[in-house]
Amino acid sequence: MERTTIDLWFGAFVAAGFAALLVLALKVGNLGAERSGETYKVQARFDNIGGLKVRAPVRSAGVTVGRVADIHFDNQRYQADVALAIDKRFSFPKDTSAAILTSGLLGENYVGLDAGGDDAKLKAGDRIAITQSAVVLERLIGQFLFSKAQEEPAASAPAAAAALPQPPGLKK
Amino acid sequence: MLERARRPVQALGHRVIDGVWRTGSMARFFALVLASSGTSLQRFRLVMREVYFSGVLSLVIIVVSGLFVGMVLGLQGYETLQKYGATESIGVLVALSLVRELGPVVAALLFASRAGSAITAEIGLMKVTEQLSAMDMMAVSPMSRVIAPRFWAGVISMPMLAALFECMGVFGGYIVAVVLIGVDNGAFWSQMQSSVDFRYDVLNGMVKSFVFGIAITVIATFEGYDAPPTAEGVSRATTRTVVSSALTILALDLILTSLMLRGGT
Amino acid sequence: MPEEALVDVRSVNFSYAAGRRAVLEGVTLKVPRGRMVAIMGASGSGKTTLLRLIGGQLRPTDGDVRIAGRSLRLMEPGRLYDLRRRMGMLFQFGALFTDMSVFENVAFPVREHTGLPERIVRDLVLMKLEAVGMRGAQRLMPAELSGGMARRVALARAVVLDPLLVMYDEPFAGLDPIAMAVIGELMRKLNDALGATSIVVSHDVVECLRIVDYVYLVADGAIVAEGTPEAMRRSDVPYVRQFVQGALEGPVPFHYPAHPYEHDVRLAPGAGHA
Repeated sequence: MERTTIDLWFGAFVAAGFAALLVLALKVGNLGAERSGETYKVQARFDNIGGLKVRAPVRSAGVTVGRVADIHFDNQRYQADVALAIDKRFSFPKDTSAAILTSGLLGENYVGLDAGGDDAKLKAGDRIAITQSAVVLERLIGQFLFSKAQEEPAASAPAAAAALPQPPGLKK
Repeated sequence: MLERARRPVQALGHRVIDGVWRTGSMARFFALVLASSGTSLQRFRLVMREVYFSGVLSLVIIVVSGLFVGMVLGLQGYETLQKYGATESIGVLVALSLVRELGPVVAALLFASRAGSAITAEIGLMKVTEQLSAMDMMAVSPMSRVIAPRFWAGVISMPMLAALFECMGVFGGYIVAVVLIGVDNGAFWSQMQSSVDFRYDVLNGMVKSFVFGIAITVIATFEGYDAPPTAEGVSRATTRTVVSSALTILALDLILTSLMLRGGT
Repeated sequence: MPEEALVDVRSVNFSYAAGRRAVLEGVTLKVPRGRMVAIMGASGSGKTTLLRLIGGQLRPTDGDVRIAGRSLRLMEPGRLYDLRRRMGMLFQFGALFTDMSVFENVAFPVREHTGLPERIVRDLVLMKLEAVGMRGAQRLMPAELSGGMARRVALARAVVLDPLLVMYDEPFAGLDPIAMAVIGELMRKLNDALGATSIVVSHDVVECLRIVDYVYLVADGAIVAEGTPEAMRRSDVPYVRQFVQGALEGPVPFHYPAHPYEHDVRLAPGAGHA
């Protein structure tokens, strides 16, 4: 009798443990959304990738369609060469443009895809020609202050401070 | 004067030497446990029995603590995130802190004090009452019959308990953030899912708790096996199990985290 | 003794660590097959150590222990375990496994060492439990047994595989006179019924002399006397007389070795200045 209850408890315990791991994988983690292996890779060059990291999301119209697979520095062009792994379920026109965007003001960087109008579709190994680099906040503020200072020296400081939360061009 | 200065130095020296000696014999003990694991793997029912005692009986404390820790994380996280208007990220905060750090570490600390101390006390008492000797005289190795099943049971139980702890924690965070405070349900889960990576976060956390499981059970079984066969000896060994497990867990956590951060991202 | 010796201890020296005080010095004894031999002596005289040497749990520093002609001195663990399967040992307080029922305790060596089917294990265990009169207690846990009953269950466990050699470590310690007589009776009966050889380590003179065939008397790590129980009772050797009769006066002093009493209470001349 005792032996069978031990068996039962052991089975229940292990099942609960694996169920917990499954919940962690599907509900908490990203394993549910992602189908690894069913992707195709396209390349894109950027002048500046800002804080983009490997495994950052690739989004189109705000929906995650893939991940950044690889980032490396192209020593011939002095640009960043980014490989994007895009889900096979989604296809994009050849003249699609890629931009490095930021989620929220201080959030993480991601790659945004804007579909073009070409009939031909992007295939594995293709290169996205039109790219837009990351907006670097420090540079932006610098430019803004510089232009303000030229127009109206007296009001520049408070205006800059007030404008900080939403610099033009930062939000898409 | 010199005499008075010498004593503490001497005591310190003794402690250091004792510590080194214990670490050495623990390593040898670990090798011996691995070498005598054949029986436990052949007769898996021995291990199952111990999983019941160390794992199943730790469930209540793990589940309840996980829930509380998650709820507290939810409350504290909300307080802080509110200042930056980023309360939607509460799910990320709760899940990442649980899956990466708090889950494996707190579950291991609880496991060490609940199951580790029980293992030490049980083995120590078996030694006091000559049960280990008796087994040895019956030509049954206590190493493979008593120690190894407990070791493997701990190694199996620990990651399971950590996973359950993490689940309960996320659930606790959900209750506080979504149900009680009213953070958007969809944002809570979707932000969490987009930031928690299964391989880098969840599986690395599981690797941690697996290592902690090994450390705790080796310490617990060693202290029990090595305890002087007296009531005082067993009680001291039990205390030492909890203390040195806790220190070992935290030290190992630092090492593993730094290795994983270097490897990941 | 002319019979063939099952256990042969040859001038064994033993100390727990190199350089420490010797616990045993030059001990030689023989235990013939089928006999029951007692190793008696005061507490701390080294008799339990001697038993552990015979069981192979300790190795002699010097000298040799032979069982059935095989030397334990350099025996590897696997061989030692083979030998121990044919030994049974009753520990001082029984050493029953507290997490198993009485039945499972007795069944333990059978299950571990034989692949016998459950039905035969059951018959074997119940037979031994019946022999010690504990069949009715088979479902109880060790914590529910009295000291004497636990000892009887442990005895059943020690002999369940019909060992060649049974060792008893203080089988009478902490028992009331009735339980003591029961255990003594059982030991003798089992020894004769199984054709086993027994070694009894005890300081209980009356009970021991009643059941054994031969006695070795140990004091301070050496054998000081040996003989049949009858010879021991009639012995003129002062130590034996003191031990057997439990006298206060004799070669074994009442006092732990100390300075003269006067010295400690500072009555002796000059003690105050020393």
